[in-house]
This record gives sequence, structure tokens and C-alpha cells, in this order.
Amino acid sequence: MLGRTAAGLFWMARYLERAENMARLVEAGFRMALTRAESDTEEWGSVVTTAGCTHAYNEKYDAVRADKVIDFVLRDKANPGSVLEALHAARENARMTRTALTREVWEALNDAWMSVRDALRRQVSEQALPEVLTLIRQQGAQVRGAVAGTMLRNDIYDFAQIGTLVERADNTARILDTKYYVLLPSSASIGSSLDNVQWEMILRSASAERSFHWLNGGNMSPLAIADFLIFDPRLPRSLAFCYDMITEYLKRLEDEYGASAPSHELAVRQENQLTSLSIQRIFESGLHEFLTAFMGQNAAFSRQVEADYRFYE
Amino acid sequence: MGEAPEFFDEMQGFGGSVRAPYAGYEAWLREVSQKELLKKSKDAYDFFRRTGITFNVYGEAEADERLIPFDLVPRIISAQEWANLVRGIEQRVKAINAFLHDIYHRQEIIRAGRVPERLIRENDAFQPKMIGFDPPGGIYTHIVGVDLVRTGPNEFYVLEDNARTPSGVSYMLENRETMLKMFPELFSHIKVRSVQQYPTMLRRSLEQCAPMACDGRPTVAVLTPGIHNSAYFEHAFLADQMGVELVEGHDLRVADGRIAMRTTRGFEPVDVIYRRIDDDFLDPLNFRPDSLLGVAGILDIYRSGGITIANAPGTGIADDKAIYSYMPEIVEFYTGQKPILQNVPTWRCTEKDALAYVLDHLDELVVKEVHGSGGYGMLVGPAASRKEIAAFRKKLEARPGNYIAQPTLALSTVPVLTKSGLAPRHVDLRPFVLVSPAGVEVTPGGLTRVAMKKGSLVVNSSQGGGTKDTWVLKED
Repeated sequence: MLGRTAAGLFWMARYLERAENMARLVEAGFRMALTRAESDTEEWGSVVTTAGCTHAYNEKYDAVRADKVIDFVLRDKANPGSVLEALHAARENARMTRTALTREVWEALNDAWMSVRDALRRQVSEQALPEVLTLIRQQGAQVRGAVAGTMLRNDIYDFAQIGTLVERADNTARILDTKYYVLLPSSASIGSSLDNVQWEMILRSASAERSFHWLNGGNMSPLAIADFLIFDPRLPRSLAFCYDMITEYLKRLEDEYGASAPSHELAVRQENQLTSLSIQRIFESGLHEFLTAFMGQNAAFSRQVEADYRFYE
Repeated sequence: MGEAPEFFDEMQGFGGSVRAPYAGYEAWLREVSQKELLKKSKDAYDFFRRTGITFNVYGEAEADERLIPFDLVPRIISAQEWANLVRGIEQRVKAINAFLHDIYHRQEIIRAGRVPERLIRENDAFQPKMIGFDPPGGIYTHIVGVDLVRTGPNEFYVLEDNARTPSGVSYMLENRETMLKMFPELFSHIKVRSVQQYPTMLRRSLEQCAPMACDGRPTVAVLTPGIHNSAYFEHAFLADQMGVELVEGHDLRVADGRIAMRTTRGFEPVDVIYRRIDDDFLDPLNFRPDSLLGVAGILDIYRSGGITIANAPGTGIADDKAIYSYMPEIVEFYTGQKPILQNVPTWRCTEKDALAYVLDHLDELVVKEVHGSGGYGMLVGPAASRKEIAAFRKKLEARPGNYIAQPTLALSTVPVLTKSGLAPRHVDLRPFVLVSPAGVEVTPGGLTRVAMKKGSLVVNSSQGGGTKDTWVLKED
């Protein structure tokens, strides 16, 4: 496969994942705003932080306001991570690597792009927001389904999956890091442990609130939430899951190519760290420090994959 | 039909009864309601949009991808008509390859005084680096698109020869796919020859021209300028259908006397490149130094037998519009036979008498730039305003050598579906021809382009033209 094709697949998958994550963030913020009486400014502020667009947002707006944040995260051209821009980038990458995609995958992605673009032509009203968010989620699921159902399990698939997982790990770490302070023991005073808006926001941003309650039977504690999102290998958005799968796909690449590469070592190191650490130890040495280091290593891993497989000239 | 044809209509002739090749289709059509057809037409539009069968229009904001309008009434050619066309096309394409070989070797045709030397010497499309070089397999034009127009039951003319990088074959294939999907019942009643083998044939004919350095099965790749090129869809489509890599210039580099592509496993040599970029951009070392699209040094590798480039550099000299007017002489010179397919009569504005005639008859003629393509920079006299004619006259007088003129042909029509029923529109036809050491193969069908506007004679997609599926019948 061409290095450029691998790059296209990797970034197509990353951008697709990013678009979905952004929609999920807006969904969580919106939900909070609807169900809570108190001011929602803080929640929308953390949406901006988690989306990684604080700087760009502040360039454009003076204050955090629900409608502005929603518009910025969903469809602003000045925000390269907005749903619209990310989806566009995903499609451009898919167009570049069309020969590596099945017709079903290309059509699903092209469909996703066209329908979401149409839905986001104008600012989305509060009334229309749930429908638009559902559309984005459904379109993403359709692409995912086409990938799962029609793509050969070869290096094409491996690069796309690695891209998805790298992006997802970054996103989950970011969600936790934005709100790490509400998970610290000293913050117990912020809200009651049964109804903590902040904790719920974290879980919702990772689409993990239902599964968390299923597994924990209502035992909401900061330790349990962080443990779940970082270590639980059953949760498809946990850091452990992402690196479990990344090493899995790298193993396949290794079998197929008959050679390992430096990026494999980085991934294994990351995975080992996640299996050897415990949530207690992380809290002792600092959640924020752990997450910052993780995101840095995740980015370094991504760059190493790009170098190992000759993505660029 | 709502409008009486004043031109030869391929379905109705010059009015009256339905022509034989359309009998089966017309019988089917009578059973289908207009409403149903319009619905199918909408379905086809959605299908093209979803599939992303688009082309980019140069110079438009947002670099938007546009759909070429597809009309669902097929253009039907009888087996007998097709057999005649194929004979003419084969003859012409063989002559073009012989001409190219001659022009880059002994130039017998110039010595014989049949083509003026200055036409070659002063021509930008002439490629001095090709002089004395024999391309692998002896083939210059692996892929040719011969543009034909029709004016009557047996009158076909060659409008131009596309010997560089003819495009449109993906529409031939996708139009058929669409028709098969929408009207399966039609194809079970009417026996239409298949076009779907084209990508396999293309790959095979490219493989047959492997360079000396190739050992084992040749590695073929399609070279595209990238996703912003107007024909990017087609490049990706062909690579996909052939099962070969789609590469851009920066994926390639010279390594150990070969051209190698950067893969996830390292650099791997390429044997045959089907390039969809112009000569000028192919090699910044040898041609335009500012080109970012090509591969530095590829021409030297080509000349030393490390790679095959299809079509060969320098083939543009054969489809130049100034050379076109000499095609009857060229065909006769190399085949020893009279041309089976006729040229459209052409005035060369370099010639004094011809220029005077053209200037006197601008309102009747079609005047084209010698090096133009895509319907840009041409004058269609009968459709032009006085002002446009006056402006064009100035350009023509300033650089007469830049132009040729042809009579406005009474192009045949084929019905298209409009909101108010079927209506005749002018068409042309581009059959696709593959040339390999094994011979010349013409895919039964081609790209029918149709002017969607009533009365318009310009069928180019860049000017709003559409396409139709082209049927060649198995038997009459």
C-alpha cells in the first residue's frame, strides 16, 4: 500500500472519530443544560476546553454562551475540529484513498458528509438540535457499519482502526483532564455524590453513563469513574481498551509485513503502563499529571506510526 | 415527440417512423409513463450524487464538485453501423501510431511533402526528447478517444482525435451501471454489447507494454494530479477497477534506475504508468521546472527502459487541431488506403485564402483554437451575437495561425427526457480505443455527450453538456 494511502486511511478514521466525539460533547452539554436548574456557563466552558478549541473560540467570542459554543463546535469554519470541518477532512481523505475503500464505505461516508453538511448549513436552533445530533450519530454509525461489514481485514483496515483508536484515546483523556479537579477527593464538597452534575457530564461525554451504572450499580465515586474510563477493558472508549486494540492491530501489521517497527514498542509500553498501574496510584501521584503524560505519549505514538509507515515524503 | 426534428434524429430519422435500432426500445417506452421516467431520472441523479461521480470545474469558487447531467434515454447504434465505425477507427488509430513513429524518426511524411515541416517544428506538442526513441512495445497511444459526429444515416465524421489523455471512460462505465440498475428489464429484452470489460482490457494492454527492466508481472499505476483535478473521480475509478495503485507525483521517485513508489513497506518499483497529467508537468527536470505534479527524472528513466509511460510523451502532435486537417493524407500515407472515416472539412487560417473565407463567413462557421480543448475559446458562429463575432474577429486577425474553422455541422439528435416529454438534443460520440502490441481494441459503446439545451451544439461537460449510455446492439 502507498504510504500516502495509509496516511489517508489513518486520518480519515481520526477525523471521523473526532466529528462524532464533538457531537457527543455537544449532546452532553445540552443535556446538562436541560436537566439542571443552575447556570450552565461552566458546563459549556468545559465543552470548549474539552473540544480543544479554547483559543479559537476566544478569538471570536468574548463570553461563553450556549448558542455560540454549540455553533462553534458543530459548524464553525474557524474551528478545524468542528463537526463540519472534521467530517469534511474525513471525506477529503477518503476521496484521496478511494481505491482502498469499498464502495459501501465510500458511499456511506459521502452520504454522511452530504447530509450533515445540509443539516448544518445554518445555525442550528435549540429545537432542531436533538435531531441534528441524532443525524450525526446515525451517519457515523453507518460509516462504521460499512467498514465493519465490507472491508477486508488487511493493512487497510489496520491503519483505519489505529487512527480511530488514537483519536478516541486522546478524546477520553481530554474529557477526564478537563474535569480532573472535580474527581479529586478534596472536591467532594462540590456536589452530593449521588447527583453530581460534573461526574455525569464526564460519563455522558464518553457515552458511558448507562454502562457505568450497569456495572457499578449506582455506586458513583470519582475513583470508580476514573477507573472505568481509564482501565476498564470492556468499555470501548477507555484508554485501556484503545491501547489493547492498538497493540492488537499492530500485531496484525507485524504479521502481515513480517517486521516490527519503533511505534510498536511505544504502544506496548503504553499498554503495559495501563495494566501495571492502579487508579489509587494514579490519584496518589496526580491524575492531571498522568493524563498530560498520556496525551503526550499518545501523540508521540501517532507521529511514530506516521514515520514508520512512510505516510509523508 | 413534441418537436419535429429538423436534423437527423437517431431515433426518428428525418421524421416519420422509428429507426430499426430503436424499435425495441421504443416499444418499451410506449408502456412507460412520463411520471415513471421522471422518477427514474431523479433516482439516477441521487445515485450519481451518492456515488460521488463528479467532476471539478476549474476556476469555480469553493472548488465544488459538480455532477454531469445524465440522461436516461440511451443512444443506440446498430451492429452494422458499429462494425463500420470500428473499421474506420482501427485504420485511423494505426495511422496515428505510424505517424508518431515516423515523426520521431525519419520523418518520411515530411520528406514526401504531405505534411509541412513547420507544422511539426513549430509545434509545442512536438517533443524533441522523443526523437529516435522507441517506446516499449512500439506503442505511442495506448489509449485513444476518437470524437465522432453524425449528420445522417450513414454520415459519420471524425471531429477530433484525442491521443494524449482522453477522459470520460468512467462515465461510459458508470452510465451503463446506472442503466442496468434502473432498467434491468430493458437489458433482458434488448441484447446490448457489454462495456464492463474495459478496465481489464486496459490493464492487460498496459501490461503488454512493460519496459525492458521489468521482470515478472508488470506493476501498473495510475498517475493523477490529485483530488483537485477535474477528472480525479475517473483516475480513482480506473485505478480501483484495474486493481492498481493510484499515485501522485510525490509518491514517486527515482531509485536504482527505476521509478519507485513510496509504500508502507518501503519503495517498490513501478513498471507501467498510466499518466493522467500533461507532458509539460510530467518531469520538472526535463519539462516545466515549476511542476509539482510530476516526477523529477522520469523521462531519463523512460529513455533508458526503466518505465513505460502511457500515453507516450509527445503524442499530442497527432491530435493537434492543425495536424487534424492533414489526417486524410496521414491515413493514406501510412495505410495505403482511403480513409474510411471522413474528416470534417477544415479551413486552416494560416492559409491566406482560407482566412479570407473564414473572416467572410464567421456567422456560419465554428472556429476553434488550434491548441484549445474543452470547448473553451471557440466561436459557434450561428449561435453567437454580433458583438461576440466582432470580438472574435479581432482575435482571429491578430493570430490567424492559432485557429481553424469548420462548417457548422447539422449534428444528429437523440431524444432526452425533459419535464414536458422527450425532446431531441444534439449529440456526439467518443469511443475508447486501446492499442497494444496485440492489436487495436475498440470497446463497443463509448461516451455519448449531449447538449442539454435546446438547439445547442456544444456538448462539452464544462459547458453544461450531459451524457447518455451508449448501446451497441449485439445483432440487428
